[in-house]
Amino acid sequence: MMRNDPAGEAPGPQAAETAGPAADLAADLAGLAADAPPGLLDRIAARRVHLPGPLPGPPAGLHAGLQVAFTDHGVAYLRAGMDEREFAAAFRARFGRPLLPAAGPPAGLVPALRTGRLGALRLDLRGLSEFEAAVLRAAAQIPRGQIRPYAWVARAAGRPRAVRAVGSALGRNPVPLLIPCHRVTRSDGTLGDYVFGAGAKERLLRAEDVDVDGVTELARRGVRLVGSDTTGIVCYPTCGDARRITPGHRRGFGDLAAAEAAGYRPCLRCRPGDPRPA
Amino acid sequence: MTATDEALIPPAGAGTGDAAGARVVAALSRDLDDGFAVLYEAYRGAVFSTALRLCGRWAEAEDLSAEAFLRAYRALCGYGEERIAGLRPRAWLLTILTNVWRNSVRSAVRRPPPGPIEDVADPPDPGEGVEDAAARRETGRELAALLARLSGDQRAAVVLRHVTDLPVAEIAAVLGMPEGTVKSHISRGLARLRELRGAGSPGPGEHDRQQEKGGIR
Repeated sequence: MMRNDPAGEAPGPQAAETAGPAADLAADLAGLAADAPPGLLDRIAARRVHLPGPLPGPPAGLHAGLQVAFTDHGVAYLRAGMDEREFAAAFRARFGRPLLPAAGPPAGLVPALRTGRLGALRLDLRGLSEFEAAVLRAAAQIPRGQIRPYAWVARAAGRPRAVRAVGSALGRNPVPLLIPCHRVTRSDGTLGDYVFGAGAKERLLRAEDVDVDGVTELARRGVRLVGSDTTGIVCYPTCGDARRITPGHRRGFGDLAAAEAAGYRPCLRCRPGDPRPA
Repeated sequence: MTATDEALIPPAGAGTGDAAGARVVAALSRDLDDGFAVLYEAYRGAVFSTALRLCGRWAEAEDLSAEAFLRAYRALCGYGEERIAGLRPRAWLLTILTNVWRNSVRSAVRRPPPGPIEDVADPPDPGEGVEDAAARRETGRELAALLARLSGDQRAAVVLRHVTDLPVAEIAAVLGMPEGTVKSHISRGLARLRELRGAGSPGPGEHDRQQEKGGIR
């Protein structure tokens, strides 16, 4: 089988490059080199952009702007109040992927931040556990200007008893603002924690026209759901349908069981369930 | 054995043939992310070419290359300053690539192993009288297909020497074998390729080869 390679005369590579037929083969092999395809780097590295943030009000730290990292799968990481080095270090520790400057933000990012709606913007949620991803997908469905309790997210994520774990998962939200974890609040009427701090959470909700004081006042009186005695439908207080109920027809309930006992059915839009303390 | 002596020059001196090595190490020492960009620019062709000719499939070569670069970055994240300063980046990167490739071969049950096959059909005739460019591409395809018939070690040695253009000492470091073994794999691999090629159709003329060298490099 080695008839071209008699024993004792095995040519080294240097010899192969100068011998006649061997040189032909070496040249042909050299011709097999190929440059990497243009898209390869973006399969490996993420890109980062620095944007002025939409967070309203003080402190000035949040106005230092938003740092956003995105991959070929979508936006992967968003943080406020970090400089580039801090952001790069945090991204590296969490994702273990090189982070290079981008020419500009990905299409749809700026509109999504301005409107609070994702539109066609894709998110890269690889690296999250199945439960964390389910929690974030559930939170993503809360409309702008509305809030839901942690227990609602737990139910929507398919783990109704995992209320506490929902809090942890939202706290690890890699893309706050884009996935509006600030719209998830405690059922006792307080707003609860937030990645960018409780103060930022309140400012964001007020900027979305959430009646924070009204909801807090209702909760203080033990009211967590609001129904209309003309439709017989019961909602979370910030649901668009609940806000349209005229004061004379509003009825407050402590939980869904009490509302159902009074002959009300849950709203199909905001889907209130039995609230467990968060 | 000048190749051996040169390969011992740390870190990545020009004598090893890794001309970009010192620049890449300096960039990595300053900043891991900026340094990675320099590393990628310097070696993307070497890594992708090696991957492509080892596995033989374009899409798979992209997967292997992406995986190797990502593993390299994650390893760098755990390295201290000294380790980075002493790095010979090209050999190190290609070591990671060949390991990724070997793992993929080991776990690939979907296709037959690319080991040596004794009784194989002749490669298809490239066709006479076609245009030069088409003929050159065909020659490349044919030769690339013949590489798949070498044993893994022979293919790795031949590809690293003649496609990736590494010195023998660096190949020895990449494949983790003595230089003598590398040389033997190269010469036996080349002999086998000549034998396989001789059994098929004749190669292109000298004119074509010159164009191929100039056109692809």
